[in-house]
Amino acid sequence: MPAENASTPGTGPVAVSAGSPLLRVDDLHTSFHVPAGEVRAVRGVSLTLDRGRTLGIVGESGSGKTVLARSIMRLNIGGNVSTSGNVEFEGRDLLDLPLKAMKNLWGTELAMVFQDPMTSLNPVVRVGRQLTEHVRSNLGASRGEARQTAIDLLREVRIPDAEARLRAFPHELSGGMRQRICIAIALACEPALLFADEPTTALDVTVQHQILNLLGREQRERQMAMILVTHDLGVVAGRTDDTIVMYAGKVVEQAPTRVLFTEMRHPYSEALLRSIPRIGQRSHTRLSAITGRPPDPIDIPPGCPFNPRCPYVQQKCREEPPPLVAVGDGAGGASHLAACWYPVGTDAGRDAFARNLADRLPQTVVVAEGSEFAESAAANAAAEATAANGSSEGGGA
Amino acid sequence: MAGTGKAHLRRPEEVLLRVEDLVVEYPAPGRKVVHAVSGISFDVKAGETLGLVGESGCGKTTTGKAILQLLPVTSGSVVLDGTDLTKLSERKMRRARTDLQMIFQDPISSLNPRRTIGDIVAEPLQVWGPHSEVEQVRMVDEMLEAVGIDPVQARGRRPHEFSGGQCQRISIARSLVLGPRLLICDEPVSALDMSVQAQILNLLGDLKADYNLTLVFIAHDLAVIKNVSDRVAVMYLGKLCEVAGADDLYDHPAHPYTGVLLNANPEPDPDAPLDLESDQAVEMPSPINPPSGCRFRTRCPNAAEKCAAEEPMMRSVGDDHFVACHFPTL
Repeated sequence: MPAENASTPGTGPVAVSAGSPLLRVDDLHTSFHVPAGEVRAVRGVSLTLDRGRTLGIVGESGSGKTVLARSIMRLNIGGNVSTSGNVEFEGRDLLDLPLKAMKNLWGTELAMVFQDPMTSLNPVVRVGRQLTEHVRSNLGASRGEARQTAIDLLREVRIPDAEARLRAFPHELSGGMRQRICIAIALACEPALLFADEPTTALDVTVQHQILNLLGREQRERQMAMILVTHDLGVVAGRTDDTIVMYAGKVVEQAPTRVLFTEMRHPYSEALLRSIPRIGQRSHTRLSAITGRPPDPIDIPPGCPFNPRCPYVQQKCREEPPPLVAVGDGAGGASHLAACWYPVGTDAGRDAFARNLADRLPQTVVVAEGSEFAESAAANAAAEATAANGSSEGGGA
Repeated sequence: MAGTGKAHLRRPEEVLLRVEDLVVEYPAPGRKVVHAVSGISFDVKAGETLGLVGESGCGKTTTGKAILQLLPVTSGSVVLDGTDLTKLSERKMRRARTDLQMIFQDPISSLNPRRTIGDIVAEPLQVWGPHSEVEQVRMVDEMLEAVGIDPVQARGRRPHEFSGGQCQRISIARSLVLGPRLLICDEPVSALDMSVQAQILNLLGDLKADYNLTLVFIAHDLAVIKNVSDRVAVMYLGKLCEVAGADDLYDHPAHPYTGVLLNANPEPDPDAPLDLESDQAVEMPSPINPPSGCRFRTRCPNAAEKCAAEEPMMRSVGDDHFVACHFPTL
């Protein structure tokens, strides 16, 4: 996938594609009404996803990434939820569908793998029945056929000794094995779109590697579309065609994954990538931490939600919310979107940074003192303007 | 892996903490025994940060708690500055704990939700600190300030009014208020948001310098461990695999397990090579019935007969680089 992505930039979900996309989400809002007020978890997200493509959704806890995935699948059930907008899947509007019709889509068209493989399996039912029950009710298979399908599925997700495992209870299996079972269940009815919501967060790094490889292989072999929701930029890198970065319920940046990592335009994406310790750095490398913390979803600041923490912040950012627009002067072309008035790597961004540094704005000073990026960003402005688009801003990370 | 052996230990007079042949076993149903930690030895110099890394179930948290004598140690010694903590009476150990503190993974559940931040941070002082209340308040404020919490605002509030990152700062303040010499950090950032992790890691680095601390830093995240550590020890199933300087270990991993871990670490780099076929479902064996010889042999790509028959001993493969493997990859 990554190689394909590199050779054909601009064919991502953002670009206008031939025919109708598999999934089109338009201005989706989801709120939860709680005693303290309205938690605006998703605030106007639009995206499209073509058949067989993979999309990564990256964000911190509270950024709305899980609620977005659940809203698309209509899994946010309860009296205090309100969802508005449009979710079109294979030409049907999912938000208008009666719940019964929606249930027919779960598993067969849309499936989800959840974060915690223990709580998403029934602890008192043997694994075999959890797999076959699903195959039988959705595909109308006989008991024998279903059993065979279940064994095939377990082999496919590379569970050793598949036949014997059908008799196991979830607690008899390790976390990685349970997640393999969950994936087998999700794949059983050949969904067109698989959501993987933090599928590896609860797992060890070696097991995470295996599970991500398994998902990648299945996605490729089945030509299935996949949305991979994660907080870890390392998980989406190289494993998705396109990536969306969410912050405070909004998409702040969206681009083909490779482009996103090399030419970050939104200050939040940039800051997130810089703040992560990397194996490639020497030990005791000072991290450029993001100051402050994510906003309270009940009380999101006006303007750009990242403005209180942003090293590039200007007065305009505190007043007007920036729209998600193409910043495509780089390799991403029109498919690279960012919601920022002063995008990273542009003259406007460099000027804003230099102004803030001159004013000794704390979050700007922190960034400047923490990295080699400081000198280039602060000192130069005009000199680097021409060379900047290609490489400079991403290169320091 | 792992094996036993003490080739990697430095001279006792050079180090602040020296753990030798530490064994922690728990009873399991059916008269079985869980071999959580099986004879590991390591040491930490004053002012050094030792990173302990490994997968869940490898015994790294048990090791941390065993240093503090928070759980019964089956055998072995934990020597802090010449005193063997395993031999101390309960009363003397209470005293000794002022020198040893721990911060835990979940910052919110490690603070009492019904007490105010001022009380939480002052409690160690009420037990061991100065009697003067004025002095106690002064020390609490100073400590809160040092961890980046405004004491005036925070003192009267309760933990639920703070975010995870702030609660972790408060736990750090509580652990440092008595001026400990050794701080054990058990996964202190794994429950925090990505953007807050870096703040806490930087804070720990600053405090280490300001307060002359020695750290044992336990984590599963290889990149975090590399960032904070001077020396890293890789654990697997209750044994040590490899001990080396942080940069050296990551540049030249000598144990196959270290290689496996490094290979699995997701790097935020879209150009990192990916092999979707490398997906054998390998499981960590049960610590109730660990493999003979080298404990890693069931997952090791280089395993040979010798590995089942004979336990590898820790040996030097370079300058301050030690590995317990019959066939090191270096």
